[in-house]
Amino acid sequence: MSLELNIDELKKELEKKPWLIEELKKGPWPGFITEYERMAARKEITKRMMCQLELSYRNRTTLWKHGGAVTVKGYGGGVIGRYSMIPEIGPPSGSHTFRVNQPAGWFYKTDKLRAICEVWEKYGSGLMNLHGSTGDIILLGVDSPEVQECFENLLDVGYDLGGSGSVLRSLSCCKGPALCEWALIDTLDLYHDLTMTYQDYLHRPHWPYKFKIKISGCPNDCVAAKGRADLAVIGTWRDEIQIDQEEVRNYVKSGLDIEHIVKNCPTKAMSWDGNELKIDNKECVRCMYCINKMPKALKPGKDRGATLLLGGKATILHTAFIGWVIVPFMKIEKPYKELKELLEKMWDWWDEHGRYRERIGELVYRLGMNEFLRAVGLPAVPQMVWHPRNNPYIFWRPEELE
Amino acid sequence: MAQKVSKDYWSKIMRGPPYYGDMLHPILKKNYGKWKYHEHVKPGVVKYVAESGDVLYTVKAAIPKILSVDTVRVLCDIADKYSDGYLKFTSRHAAQFLITDESKIDPLIDELESKGFPVGGTGKSFKPIIHTIGWNHCHTAIYDAPGLAKAISDELFEYWKKPDLPAKLKIALACCLNMCGAIHCSDIAIVGLHRTPPVVDDEIVSKFCEIPSTIAGCPTFALKPKVLGPGKRSIEVDPKKCMGCGNCYSVCPGMKIFNPKYDCLSIWVGGKIPDSKTPPKFSRLIIPYVPNNPPRWPEVTEIVKKIVDLWRKHARPDERIGEWIERIGWERFFKLAGLEFTEKHIDTYLFSVRDFRSSTQFKWE
Repeated sequence: MSLELNIDELKKELEKKPWLIEELKKGPWPGFITEYERMAARKEITKRMMCQLELSYRNRTTLWKHGGAVTVKGYGGGVIGRYSMIPEIGPPSGSHTFRVNQPAGWFYKTDKLRAICEVWEKYGSGLMNLHGSTGDIILLGVDSPEVQECFENLLDVGYDLGGSGSVLRSLSCCKGPALCEWALIDTLDLYHDLTMTYQDYLHRPHWPYKFKIKISGCPNDCVAAKGRADLAVIGTWRDEIQIDQEEVRNYVKSGLDIEHIVKNCPTKAMSWDGNELKIDNKECVRCMYCINKMPKALKPGKDRGATLLLGGKATILHTAFIGWVIVPFMKIEKPYKELKELLEKMWDWWDEHGRYRERIGELVYRLGMNEFLRAVGLPAVPQMVWHPRNNPYIFWRPEELE
Repeated sequence: MAQKVSKDYWSKIMRGPPYYGDMLHPILKKNYGKWKYHEHVKPGVVKYVAESGDVLYTVKAAIPKILSVDTVRVLCDIADKYSDGYLKFTSRHAAQFLITDESKIDPLIDELESKGFPVGGTGKSFKPIIHTIGWNHCHTAIYDAPGLAKAISDELFEYWKKPDLPAKLKIALACCLNMCGAIHCSDIAIVGLHRTPPVVDDEIVSKFCEIPSTIAGCPTFALKPKVLGPGKRSIEVDPKKCMGCGNCYSVCPGMKIFNPKYDCLSIWVGGKIPDSKTPPKFSRLIIPYVPNNPPRWPEVTEIVKKIVDLWRKHARPDERIGEWIERIGWERFFKLAGLEFTEKHIDTYLFSVRDFRSSTQFKWE
């Protein structure tokens, strides 16, 4: 069905008070309706966005149209066009979104945040997300004539756009070595280095679809890289967990139920004799559980690097994937040559074979891991699978027959 | 359209994000890569100790998902006053203040609470909901995720303040199947669904859409071309084959799939991302239909509260919702939750067989 939009009737609906969205001002969690009200008092575009939101609540439907092509000079992404279905009531000449690339780990000096507020108050709705799902600062609602000038002002205060469309999307990384003892790789530096190396891929569409890189410093994966990144970089280690037995005993003395932790170890690699904690590191799968429970006493080992997983994505089109291992362990050290060479080979292969709107994980599923591994020059290793195949439909190449 | 740009424009673009090194509090720079351990001090407050002996406290506060510049400036004022002009945001979008002087913690908490930014969210607590932008700013939103996130967060507020859940609780909402953000691996996920096929607007399809790629993009081959007249073409839908993914609408505005009367919400549980104890898991369907009932979606918040209560009552310490359910078995979970198991819970698509149980091992009550 298509919604019948009668502007006069919608205008009349707005006269009925109280508005439904006022209900969202109740309750202890910080709400967003008062944020609209603050800006609506001095910005016409925000007032109109708020009227439209109320009408969406009344009619149980979105009132935004598909985005048109809106961009800034020299870029192909970063601005998402947004137009109202009811420009007589909502924003009349667009209410576009800016994705602004965030500093690594979402750390800020306040003057930098104030600077973006100043630009956004002048040109846009004054409403934003800190941050959006991908990681960017999201600026919600600027009308068409202001887009270019707003962007130039953002450049002047030290920001740049993030990715949208079929580009390298803005990366994300956890707080890493800046504020976490479990950072097994320098997530912040890797984020910034890759972002700067691949500026062209980030701003200008090259590929069949989007490509996401998310970087977590340890297997706790605080930026949910495995679930959504075409390439997830997850810090890990290969040698032994470092144990401070005195601190283990201190935890036990202060009431920690160590038997519970020993019992929960997924590979039963731990034992506690009342005085000393033993870890059979050959059996440890580096899940982080015991380390999470006793950060003062246990630390990851010293031979550190990352596991690379490919293919994480949400459902559209055929299914959601959680990323799967393509490299069990890679040293991650500046200038990240090995990682970059692999990335570029992956992109070339995907670009050549991928269909319109096909993520790299779906392409691997369609053409086969063997094709992918051969194309990017990675060896097949047992860590890539839960278990070997159970069907006998094996592809042999002629040169393999002799 | 020829837009005028400033003279040095071409040398200014492609500058990338602000350099993180300029955004770090001096104590973070000094102890970069040299943090020793952390411990939970009280709800919302974590103490970090560096190898150098330096100590830093972080104080976590909830903020509105949609912020006005005024509120961002208030956060900056607070950071200037208490954390030397530095702050950070977490991966789940809370604000975090960095305190070097222990005596400032309580005054900071008082100020945050009085200005509407409740402090909490550390340890085994309810984390801020990750969600999409909804009717606020999206053309494919079935429901308004920011509104529902606010309603659920109010309902679970006590668990933000008090970290006494069995494990972390991560909830994520998506307004449609595009699922911006990783909601498919959450403890509790809520997704908007279309239950009816698109109604084709021939006028729009013939004028604005690329028909071959729209047809090719349908995952169930439910679309075929339709000739309207000389040089005028549109698309025909086989309603039996349409599973409501909305991909055609994403690429062609004439494939009108919105139906406010029948569109609904669905509830999924048991996903996780970290590798701690058990590997990552997908969230699984528990309720295929809940009405889209703004402004506060009471049917949804009631179910969410009920699931959380059941989990609190039955789970062992450190069990995420999915780990708890896998231990007791889905049949027992459905019974405990008083949920009806229907044919809608059984996958009918490409990867369905991997979900089917090839075993005679069951738990009977």
